[in-house]
Amino acid sequence: MELVAKNISFKYPSAKKYLLQDVNLELDNKKIIGLVGDSGSGKSTLCKILSGYVTKFQGEVIFDGKPLPKKGFKPVQLIYQHPEKVMNPKWRMKQVLEESWNVQDEDLTQFGIQKTWLTRFPQELSGGELQRFSVLRSLNPNTKFLIADEMTTMLDAITQAQILDTVLKIVKDRKMGFLLVSHDMDLVDTICDDKIYLKDINAAMK
Amino acid sequence: MDKLLDVENVSISFIQYTRGLNQRDLKVITDLTLDISEGEILAVLGSSGSGKSLFAHAIFGILPENARLDGKIKFKGKELSQEDKEEIRGKNIVLVPQSVNFLDPLMKISDIAIGHCETEDEKKAMKIKQREIFEHYNLGPEVDDMYPFQLSGGMARRVLVSTALLADPDLVVADEPTPGLDEKTVQETLNHFKHMKEDGIGVLLITHDIHAALEVADRIGIFYSGYVIEIALKEDFSGDGENLLHPYTKSLYKALPANGFEVVKGYQPLHGEIIKGCPFYDRCDMRFDRCKKEKPELIDVGNNKKVRCFKYEEGA
Repeated sequence: MELVAKNISFKYPSAKKYLLQDVNLELDNKKIIGLVGDSGSGKSTLCKILSGYVTKFQGEVIFDGKPLPKKGFKPVQLIYQHPEKVMNPKWRMKQVLEESWNVQDEDLTQFGIQKTWLTRFPQELSGGELQRFSVLRSLNPNTKFLIADEMTTMLDAITQAQILDTVLKIVKDRKMGFLLVSHDMDLVDTICDDKIYLKDINAAMK
Repeated sequence: MDKLLDVENVSISFIQYTRGLNQRDLKVITDLTLDISEGEILAVLGSSGSGKSLFAHAIFGILPENARLDGKIKFKGKELSQEDKEEIRGKNIVLVPQSVNFLDPLMKISDIAIGHCETEDEKKAMKIKQREIFEHYNLGPEVDDMYPFQLSGGMARRVLVSTALLADPDLVVADEPTPGLDEKTVQETLNHFKHMKEDGIGVLLITHDIHAALEVADRIGIFYSGYVIEIALKEDFSGDGENLLHPYTKSLYKALPANGFEVVKGYQPLHGEIIKGCPFYDRCDMRFDRCKKEKPELIDVGNNKKVRCFKYEEGA
C-alpha cells in the first residue's frame, strides 16, 4: 500500500508565491517516515493535501493506486496538534468517540482511557486526555494511513511516550502507514526509520 | 541574593454549578509553593490545561470573579493584598502574555507599550524610552505605528518582551512564551530571558516545554495534578536522572525521546478528582501504605531543592 504525491503545487489564492512547488513524495506502510521543516515551510498544508482536506491544488495524490475518495470515509486520517479544536464542545466524549467507530473496552484500556471520562465534555479533560480520544477516534478499522501533524507537541513527555507507543503498536499490527510531522528531532530520530526535509524537496524545484 | 517572590501554599478553586442550584468547589491548584530570587530564572513546568496560567493571573490579581484564592503570595517579604497587586502590577511585576491576542487590536503598538499617561510631558518621556528599548530589541520605527495583527510571531514576542521591560520591573512573569514559534524565534525569546537575568531581574517562566525550561532556568518547579511536587536544579536533569528526587520527575525525564522514551502507565488525576493520599500514588512504584492515606508536604532537602514525597522525610 502506497501513498504517493505527484508534482504537488499549492498557493493560497491571495499569495503571490507558491507555498509548495512540485513536491513529490512516496510513502508506504513498511517504513515510518518523519517529515521535518521550518515553520511556514508548508508541512501542515502538505498533510492536509495528503489526507484529502485541501482539494484545490495542482498535482495528484494517489492512494493504493487510486485517487483519494471524494466522499465517505477517508482512509488517510490526519491528527492535529490541538484536539480541543476538532471535537464538538457540546457532545460528551462517548459521542465524540462513537462518531467514528464502535470502540471496544480493550481499545479504551490500551489508550489508558478511563470509563469515567466518557461522560465528560471535552472542556472537562486536559489536552493529554483529549488527544488519546482524538487518536483512538481516528483509528477506525477503515483507516489505512495515519498522519500525525505535531500530534504530541502540547503534551508532557510521559503522555507523549504513552500515546506514540500505543499508536505504533497498532500501526504495526494493522500494517498501516504512518507519517510523523514534528520539529522535535530527538523524537523523529527515535521512532522514524527515515526522515524527509520538506525544505529540500521543495527548494530543489523552486 | 534577596528573595523577590515567595509563594506559599497557594490554592485556586472555582465555584461551579452542577445541577440546579447545587454548587461545588472545583480545585484547580491545590498546593503551589515556590520562591524566586533576584537574577534567577525559575520555570514552572506542567502539562497544558493544568492551571499554570491561573497562577500567573493570581499574582497579578486578575483571576475571574468566581475563583477563590487561598495561601500567601509575598513580594519582597510583604504579603500582597488585592490592592497591593493592583498597585505594583505593571511597575514592579510585569506579565509577558502568551500572545498578541492579549493586546488591544485597535491600538497602535507604541500606544499600547506606553500605556496611560497623566501629562503630555510624561508621555513624551515615555515615548523616548519606548523607542530606546524597542531599538534595543531590533524593532524599527515602523513598528510603532503598526497594529498587533501586523506583527509576525517573532516580532510580536519582541514587542511583548520590550513592553514588559519598559517599566523597569524587578520580576517578569512569562506565560507560555514559546509555543507556535519556530526554533530560531524560540531561541531568540529564551535569550531575552537570559539577558533579563543578567540585569538582576527575576523571571518566572511558566511553560509546558521541558526543553525551553532546561535551556534557561536555574531551577525547575514540577507541577503535577495541582501540586508542586518537586523543585529541582537544572543540573539534576542530566545523566540517568539519578539526582532527581520525585518518581514522577524521574519518569518524566526518562520519557524524553533522547533519554530512552520510557513508557509509564497511568494518567494525572484531573481537576475535581479528590484524592486522599499522594496524587502520584496510583503510578508510583516506590509507594507504601502511608502514601495512600496521607498527603505528603513539600520538604526542604537543602541546596534550594524541595520535594513532596514521604521517602525523603527525615528518618524515613
